[in-house]
Amino acid sequence: MNASLFKSLEFRAGLVSLLIFVFILAVWHAATLQSAPAPAPTTPVSAEQAEYDKLMGKSAPAAGETAKTTGFPTLAQMGSTVVKQLSNPFYDNGPNDKGIAIQLAYSLARVGLGFLIACLVAIPLGFVIGMSPLLRRAFDPFIQVLKPISPLAWMPLALYTIKDSSISGVFVIFICSVWPMLLNTAFGVASVKREWLNVASTLEVKPLRKALKVILPAAAPTILTGMRISMGIAWLVIVAAEMLVGGTGIGYFVWNEWNNLSLTNVIFAILVIGVVGMLLDLFFARLQRAVTYVE
Amino acid sequence: MSKPSNTGISALYDPYNAEKPLLVGCSCGEDHAPDQHNEIAAQRLHNEEDMSRNVIEATVMKALFPVDSVRRGFLRAVGTNTARAAIASMFPLSALEAMAQNSGALEKKDLKIGFIAITCASPIIMADPLGFYKRQGLNVSLNKTAGWALIRDKMINKEHDASHFLAPMPIAMSMGLGSNQVNMNVATIQNTNGQAITLHVKHKDKRNPKDWKGFKFAVPFEYSMHNFLLRYYLAESGINPDTDVQIRVTPPPEMVANLRAGNIDGFLGPDPFNQRAVYDEVGFIHILSKEIWDGHPCCAFGVSDEFIKQNPNTFAALYRSLIAAAYMAKEPSNRALIAKSIAPTAYLNQPETVVAQVLTGKFADGLGGVKNVPDRANFDPVPWHSMAVWILTQMKRWGYIKGDVNYKQIAEKVFMITDAKKYMTEAGWQTEAGNYKRFKVMGREFDPTKPDEYVKSFKINKLS
Repeated sequence: MNASLFKSLEFRAGLVSLLIFVFILAVWHAATLQSAPAPAPTTPVSAEQAEYDKLMGKSAPAAGETAKTTGFPTLAQMGSTVVKQLSNPFYDNGPNDKGIAIQLAYSLARVGLGFLIACLVAIPLGFVIGMSPLLRRAFDPFIQVLKPISPLAWMPLALYTIKDSSISGVFVIFICSVWPMLLNTAFGVASVKREWLNVASTLEVKPLRKALKVILPAAAPTILTGMRISMGIAWLVIVAAEMLVGGTGIGYFVWNEWNNLSLTNVIFAILVIGVVGMLLDLFFARLQRAVTYVE
Repeated sequence: MSKPSNTGISALYDPYNAEKPLLVGCSCGEDHAPDQHNEIAAQRLHNEEDMSRNVIEATVMKALFPVDSVRRGFLRAVGTNTARAAIASMFPLSALEAMAQNSGALEKKDLKIGFIAITCASPIIMADPLGFYKRQGLNVSLNKTAGWALIRDKMINKEHDASHFLAPMPIAMSMGLGSNQVNMNVATIQNTNGQAITLHVKHKDKRNPKDWKGFKFAVPFEYSMHNFLLRYYLAESGINPDTDVQIRVTPPPEMVANLRAGNIDGFLGPDPFNQRAVYDEVGFIHILSKEIWDGHPCCAFGVSDEFIKQNPNTFAALYRSLIAAAYMAKEPSNRALIAKSIAPTAYLNQPETVVAQVLTGKFADGLGGVKNVPDRANFDPVPWHSMAVWILTQMKRWGYIKGDVNYKQIAEKVFMITDAKKYMTEAGWQTEAGNYKRFKVMGREFDPTKPDEYVKSFKINKLS
């Protein structure tokens, strides 16, 4: 039994992943060895030089002060930042300083709302477009033009017309995540097998019933693929949008720490964004598996 | 006269009692026995004015001596009366009391104020942690904003009730330049001086602006003193800012990151980012903006016409909070305390020493020297009309305004000098007479009565 465990593909893949992780950490550690603070010079310096060093944050920090960090953070600095942020994720020091969990909640709420509205628009519209070849061709040029527009290009227009920065953020999520869903829904609906539709018409199934009982289950895997892509885009967009609009959210957190040139916090935020993005993707992968069928 | 429930509090607030701890914000009856309560009641002060004065003085003392043992030590050492006189000479306590008392009913208590995380906004920011808004009965939420364009949009959209502005912005907005036309006002100038030209360390040998052809500079916004001062400075050295160099708009917080990445060669930007560039060893301070125009305005506190009309009492309360904050900020001895209160993550999010170097004027210049310029950053709220006229001349000079400009009318409409002086006098602040104070820019006197002649006198311009 043990032998088969070691031989299983998953176990071996996991082992290789772990090795890659350790390798990355080792490279990081080796690369940042030099940037560790140099020991204070033992030769006496002039009073003027000492004062300059103090103003530049180079002398030994007094009790209670944090030492100045320059360059790329070392593993130890990174670790202590992660522990510090995760140990108190819910603190709230007024409107401009909140814990990482609160910031994440704001971002997820914006993404959720924008994505929901996108679903409500894209799936019914995709159904209509998919069922009618005429509409499909008519809508195609608009979709092709609007699809590749960067989220940030929408932002000034949204701010100007909507006149509310948080709604603008949600709008940008909506406008960027609606297209993959719309296209995939239309494609899924259009490529339902002729035979199944013919059987439905032979049995004189009413249109609404046909849509819900035949087309929807048949197109579901494609629709969910679209939703999965859209969610990935929405999560990409939120960080950029919040960096631009500010106030709350994980994007604002990155921006605020960038202002302070605090690389450890920026890297921490990048890790958090990655992990949350992965979890969202896993969730949709599960949903996708649930609706997949074998012909 | 006095309310019975207040009787004990005033004694607890007595800031000049060396024998008792100073309890600010504690309510009476918390931890003293009834007999002690009577004793406190016996020595209670007879009317609410005394009470109010003690609360104000207590807050001042608390701000000056955050550690109670230090305050007690100080009082024992110099004596109560000396201390009282010393503090009274520094702070206009009687005026503060008058201000605290004669405010009408506030139309709106919960306010949103936008700010950019720079030391120019010190009065706006410090008024929150040091309680200047609360004392006027205002519940202010300060919103850190990502850039000046967003400041403009959020004021137009009324997401913010009032805002930190660049002094030229309300002028531009009132004229409908770069946005829809909205009547904005400069209630107070936030700060004077306090900017600098910072260059990348690789340009250590290029200290003459004549060598700067082809440089890329960043300024915070088109309608900013930074843009106009940098253009003026370059043009005086024969560099045409429109053709010989590139000037790009970059939000202040992103300037240091851009300088480090080599995207720009330098910037005329607000502090603390000049000092932060030095602290991070990517830049050095070429000159302070004070060397271009000593006493130039930079940022402003602005509100819309509509807000003033709808909320006159709230506006007055805001005015008083900011004048009181500026009064505290202008005193050099308070600067270290202010640096401490505005450096945390919720406000500037900068190392305290960087903010302290900016505000105290004792700073490392990035070239290995320590400089001591106490008025590197200063705080003077008077929005002189002559400043507005100068801003308009530069907007005309560089082609931001075409055609004839009614300098006087715009300046007097946007810059609320009469109100500012009224509230400053209330706070015991001496202001110079007149509305058109004279000043010099790079050694040349500006005559606000002849703006058009001034514009035409510059060889390098974009008039045609």
